[in-house]
Amino acid sequence: MQTFEPVIVAFCCHYCAYTAADMAGSMRLSYPANVKIVRVPCSGKVDTIHMMKALEKGADGVLVAGCLDGDCHFKNGNTKAVRRVALVQETLKELGIEPERLSMVTMSAGMGTRFAQIATDFTEEIRKLGPNPVCAGIEAKAAAGAVAKAN
Amino acid sequence: MITAERKPLAEIIDCIGENRRILLVGCNECVTVCAAGGRKEVATLASALQMNSMRHGKTLDIREMTLERQCDPEYVEQLAPFIDQADVIVSMACGCGVQEVVRRFRNKRIYPAVNTKFMGASEGPGVWAERCHGCGNCLLGLTGGICPIARCSKSLMNGPCGGSSKGKCEIGSDVDCVWQLIWDRLKELGIEDQYENVIMAKDWSTERGGGPRKIVREDLA
Repeated sequence: MQTFEPVIVAFCCHYCAYTAADMAGSMRLSYPANVKIVRVPCSGKVDTIHMMKALEKGADGVLVAGCLDGDCHFKNGNTKAVRRVALVQETLKELGIEPERLSMVTMSAGMGTRFAQIATDFTEEIRKLGPNPVCAGIEAKAAAGAVAKAN
Repeated sequence: MITAERKPLAEIIDCIGENRRILLVGCNECVTVCAAGGRKEVATLASALQMNSMRHGKTLDIREMTLERQCDPEYVEQLAPFIDQADVIVSMACGCGVQEVVRRFRNKRIYPAVNTKFMGASEGPGVWAERCHGCGNCLLGLTGGICPIARCSKSLMNGPCGGSSKGKCEIGSDVDCVWQLIWDRLKELGIEDQYENVIMAKDWSTERGGGPRKIVREDLA
């Protein structure tokens, strides 16, 4: 049986989470290779469409990682990101998709250990949830079609 | 501006039904400003519809278009090359935009994706409040620039009523009594005397009382 390896897209703020991920590397801390990092100038730059598209195109989980509360380089980008994440979670609920597939986390640039821990925990959480139902639906349909063709 | 809110996804999905080719049309004007039906909202809705469809093993062919103004025929015409490639049109504009598309493309089914709300102003980020009722006979000059028709729960011409308490309306503690606001404003301007003037019964024929309204400007026609 094929083991499920989730694909996680992490939108990481240049001023904190991205540097924290770098720090994790410098500290020789390992975190799952499932986490694919997208560097953004600020977590507030991550729009609803970026989160939606990541899930639509096959990500099993999406992380938005911004600065600690009150520490945003651009004043309040991280608080805007929190509200946008909540909005997309509501949309996911409306679609019958687990809102836990999307999460907002905060950290400082020096928190390499925290980044590695969050990456590990989130990957495990998504592993438990299973594959993204959006892609699973299409794959199931394709598999059913292939079986029907073979018969 | 005209304000709107996106309909629940379930309602939009239900309207689309089994149709697979969708022309999803937004508007760059009011609904963009109130974040209900602009380019971003069109993209987000397209993604949500696609995800819903994929969950059920199908994909949609969605064309996203956001017109400069969906209530103007010049811009609606831009949809013409794509109409035949769509089973249905889903519009994220206000009711005016939806009907303008209907007027031009009569053989195509169209569904609204937003609920048009009211003519309002932005009180702060993410907050819009009703300001104008479009009564067709503005009396802001008599009320210190604050509209009792749009902002009084009873549209009282001479208020306040007995439901005004500590500056709030009886319908809710977060609703200002507009007649309190008018009084405060007149006082601020030093024209309290104006409050004594009884506003006569309003001719509602300029509002909906006269049926659907139209403006014809001969100089522009």
